[in-house]
Amino acid sequence: MHASFVFVLVKYRCSFSLYFLHSIVLCVGGSIVLRRISRRRELRLKMGIRFVLMVNKQGQTRLAQYYEYLTLEERRTLEGEIVRKCLARNEQQCSFVEHRTYKIVYRRYASLFFLVGVDNDENELAILEFIHLLVETMDRHFGNVCELDIMFHLEKAHFMLEEMVMNGCIVETSKANILAPIQLMDKSS
Amino acid sequence: MLALKQLHDQESKNDKKRRLHSSCAGHFIKSHNSNLEQLKTIGRELAMGSQGGFGQSKEFLDLVKSIGEARSKSEEDRIVLREIETLKRRINEPDIPKRKMKEYIIRLVYIEMLGHDASFGYIHAVKMTHDDSVLLKRTGYLAVTLFLNEDHDLIILIVNTIQKDLRSDNYLVVCAALNACCKLINEETIPAVLQQVVELLGHQKEAVRKKAVMALHSFHHKSPSSVNHLISNFRKKLADNDPGVMGATLFPLYDLITIDVNPHKDLVASFVNILKQVAERRLPKTYDYHQTPAPFIQIKLLKILALLGSGDKKSSEQMYTVIGDIMRKSDTASNIGNAILYECICCISSIQPSPKLLETAADAIANFLKSDSHNLKYMGIDALGRLIRISPDIAEQHQLAVIDCLEDPDDTLKRKTFELLYKMTKSSNVEVIVDRMIDYMISINDNHYKTETASRCVELAEQFAPSNHWFIQTMNKVFQHAGDLVNPKVAHNLMRLIAEGFGEDDDTADSQLRLSAVESYLKIVDEPKLPSAFLQVICWVLGEYGTADGKYSASYISGKLCDVAEAHSTDDIVKGYAVTALMKVYCFERAAGRKTSLLPECQSLLEELSASHSSDLQQRAYEFRAILDLDTNAIENIMPLDASCEDIEIDKNLSFLDDYVQKSIEQGAEPYIPESERSGTLNISKIRNHNSYEHSTHSLRFEAYEVPKPVVPTNIPTTVTYPTDLVPVTVSEPSYQPSVQPTWPLVPVSDAGSGSVSGSSELKLRLDGVQKKWGKPTYSSGASSSASNFESNRTMVNGAPQPDTVISKPHAPRQSHVEVSEEKQKLAASLFGGTTSRSERKQSGGATGHSKVSRITNPGEDKVRPATVTAVVQPPPPDLLDLGEPVADTSGYSSTVDPFKQLEGLLDLSQDVNAASASASAAATTGATASNDPDLLSLYSGIDTVGNQNLTSMNGSVNPTKRTTSLTKGPNLKDALDKDALVRQMGVNPTSQNPNLFSDLLG
Repeated sequence: MHASFVFVLVKYRCSFSLYFLHSIVLCVGGSIVLRRISRRRELRLKMGIRFVLMVNKQGQTRLAQYYEYLTLEERRTLEGEIVRKCLARNEQQCSFVEHRTYKIVYRRYASLFFLVGVDNDENELAILEFIHLLVETMDRHFGNVCELDIMFHLEKAHFMLEEMVMNGCIVETSKANILAPIQLMDKSS
Repeated sequence: MLALKQLHDQESKNDKKRRLHSSCAGHFIKSHNSNLEQLKTIGRELAMGSQGGFGQSKEFLDLVKSIGEARSKSEEDRIVLREIETLKRRINEPDIPKRKMKEYIIRLVYIEMLGHDASFGYIHAVKMTHDDSVLLKRTGYLAVTLFLNEDHDLIILIVNTIQKDLRSDNYLVVCAALNACCKLINEETIPAVLQQVVELLGHQKEAVRKKAVMALHSFHHKSPSSVNHLISNFRKKLADNDPGVMGATLFPLYDLITIDVNPHKDLVASFVNILKQVAERRLPKTYDYHQTPAPFIQIKLLKILALLGSGDKKSSEQMYTVIGDIMRKSDTASNIGNAILYECICCISSIQPSPKLLETAADAIANFLKSDSHNLKYMGIDALGRLIRISPDIAEQHQLAVIDCLEDPDDTLKRKTFELLYKMTKSSNVEVIVDRMIDYMISINDNHYKTETASRCVELAEQFAPSNHWFIQTMNKVFQHAGDLVNPKVAHNLMRLIAEGFGEDDDTADSQLRLSAVESYLKIVDEPKLPSAFLQVICWVLGEYGTADGKYSASYISGKLCDVAEAHSTDDIVKGYAVTALMKVYCFERAAGRKTSLLPECQSLLEELSASHSSDLQQRAYEFRAILDLDTNAIENIMPLDASCEDIEIDKNLSFLDDYVQKSIEQGAEPYIPESERSGTLNISKIRNHNSYEHSTHSLRFEAYEVPKPVVPTNIPTTVTYPTDLVPVTVSEPSYQPSVQPTWPLVPVSDAGSGSVSGSSELKLRLDGVQKKWGKPTYSSGASSSASNFESNRTMVNGAPQPDTVISKPHAPRQSHVEVSEEKQKLAASLFGGTTSRSERKQSGGATGHSKVSRITNPGEDKVRPATVTAVVQPPPPDLLDLGEPVADTSGYSSTVDPFKQLEGLLDLSQDVNAASASASAAATTGATASNDPDLLSLYSGIDTVGNQNLTSMNGSVNPTKRTTSLTKGPNLKDALDKDALVRQMGVNPTSQNPNLFSDLLG
């Protein structure tokens, strides 16, 4: 442990301040060891939205945001499974799919599927409209948003999502409020 | 104000840039009009430059392009793997410009998103969080939150940056840090930022306050104890004068109320008041969504009210008016209106029932079910399942709709309907429902749902079984088709149920049950591929009761059991069950005084098992062999007939050995020393006493090492510390040196037991002190009192005299159902026609341990009149798919169409859009005047005049932003042209491999 951190610092010659280095050493001494041994207990309060996925018709992921931690492998499996499930459905069927402990609310826009995994007691119709709000917001920012916009501006799409959803809760629904920080950042850079 | 000015400045700058862009686009259009070839050349030339259209490098654009055009997952994987190689090389080069680095980070995000490991670059994302530029910093934070979980080793490198950024003057930086807080700060690092986050609750920017609330919310999730003292802050922030902050506060409050309702009962009035004002459009117009005022806030408030009003008449009464108003106002033609309606129904079914609201809810459900949209049907079925708990007869009105949903090809809808059926099962319809469920269970492949359906079948069968025979048959089917998936407990329950009977004092019924079980098992047992759990049950039942009735001979049963053991030679558990069953059959025969000899195949089985690799099987085989040699009397004692339900008394003190012990000691044997008193052997037994939970959380112990127990089990106070005690191992182990204390008193085993118990409890006490700091927080036991409160209220409703029979009213069928097939009607009659009410749920608790609270029967006063009485004005079937559902079929966008022609078409439209955006801004202005209504303030108690000013300034600031954005950022078709042109430069165009990349998401 100790060695690897020091190694990391040396190797990349990070511009960390001295104070910072100090804190690292302290942490290496105490908290990591502590954390390693004590696994956090399972305390999962309902969190509403558990992930937001954008996937195209070919099942290729265009954006993925998880509000609970899954390993890369778990994510890959989950995405594969639910995409297969959702893409197989037709337009007459309802926009909700249950998958394991998730309920997936999905909506298709042109070639892009928006999939939102929620807890079981979430209001599905509201989530469906949340998706639409997200698309409207992106549309307002990009103007006639298309798949390519999201691909070229992945970080911006993420920023919008960050403004709208925190801890899996829909905290902001005013488009002006969602876009304000993104526009400010655009200007300042 | 400062920020506002900043915003304005930037807007004007933006305008300049935009003009530049549009002139550029104009240039393109002109050249397109004149000569398409020329344009292509220009595009190609531009694309040759190192900088692409969006300030991104050619390399990045190429990557995106190739990913976008990848035809298959394997092609995509190849691209990503190549990209990983490139990045590994490039990202470690010295002196990478910041913008370039940002691009690398985003490429890393791509790699992870597409399912590959990008851990080689994590450190660079971490480094990027130190950057001075807000955009780069936020990108860094974004990447870090996407890459790392809160327990990752690199997190400690970020905590410090977060601390620094939380102090920043730039509110965007603070916001970025707060975002990261929510995701990256774990239980141990909370104290490092907690103070700062709390201070930010009072920040002047509403965005910061909102995010600070959410950061606290996430801390509360992760470690409730660390923020318990800050809960009052959430309540305070509910009165924040920004609706966004208020809306965010609802989430932590909802969690708190979920955990314990009682401390928050006083907030009912505030929530009702807020909800009322939201519904009356007192919030700024920007929160409107499709003409519905702040729907997401409304829904959350309704969820909270549902919790608060559950089983609380007084609170519920406060809510009735506002819920009624919202239901009346909601727009049934839009999704969002229906979402609110649905939430209202959920709320109504959770709070103390109000007859009037129940009626409204039933009407709304009727509309949902009548709709053509599957989504609404789904919501309707779900809502029906909720309401049915309060007014059980409501389902009858909708029986045909329910059956339609049950037979719908849509699996989601079907599953939801089964859930409803599960909720409305009673003894009169259990056979139909469970049969259907089993059919469904057989038809699905998904193990998760198979398991769920199976366990539901079992539960219903156990509770409502009309006859023993049916019960056994049903269980057989479930086990046959999902035996490996059901909880092993179910198998044990079944065995217990067969052994104990249905709890009635009727021995003949019990023996009939057993006989029918034995008969059905004998029929089934030869089938191939029976699940292990089922075979165990079969073996056990055959062993225990196979010969009980004398119907089947012992040799017949034994033969079957041997067959089982032979056919499932790989399953040791089944073999174990089979051998034991054989043993029982043999013993019962002997005990009954019949001369028996083992079947030859049984002999050979025994021989085989005596040499088995499994020690368990070996043991069983040898036991069997030993029994073979015993006399009848002994066998009767060992294997009494039908005694599986009798308790076996265990003499824990082993008092029957006292004589033997005494004799041995007299002969000079060494006395037994209880484990707890062997001081040298550490406290292994005590450690074992901790339950696993404590064990896992107490990685480090902070209290001093305890003094090892003195060797002599006397009352020597343990406070005296001897220096030698520091090394307990050196204390000689008495068990190995009997000569040290030859006069050791014989400690009665029972004493020793109690001694060790008190010792462990002593230790536990100490741990409790620690637990308060680290462990789960303890909440006041108010929950139980609320539960009892709930109970009493319910019983009061139940107290009303209730009609014994509910005549099932033939539902006036809708037009589309005029010709309902006879089969369906029959099904409906069997599902809904029953006159027995839910409360007849049989309490088979004695056998199965189920002790469900009996369901509420139809409360006479709250009975909902069927919807057929009130003339329901049915709105036109809401067309839910119109909202942005994919209009543009991709085939319509086929590559044969010249994309430029389409662009031209778009240009013509731009006039209309400008007009539309102008009207939108007008709407925004009216919104401003509406939202300036000072009545909003009555919402918040104790807001001073400063708050008032803040509010108006807030309204003032929001609306201009909106107006400008609607002018500049609205769906501007010229923008789209710009974009298309730029993208084309990069060589991505609609005629290439993936034309979908271009299609407008909103159609």
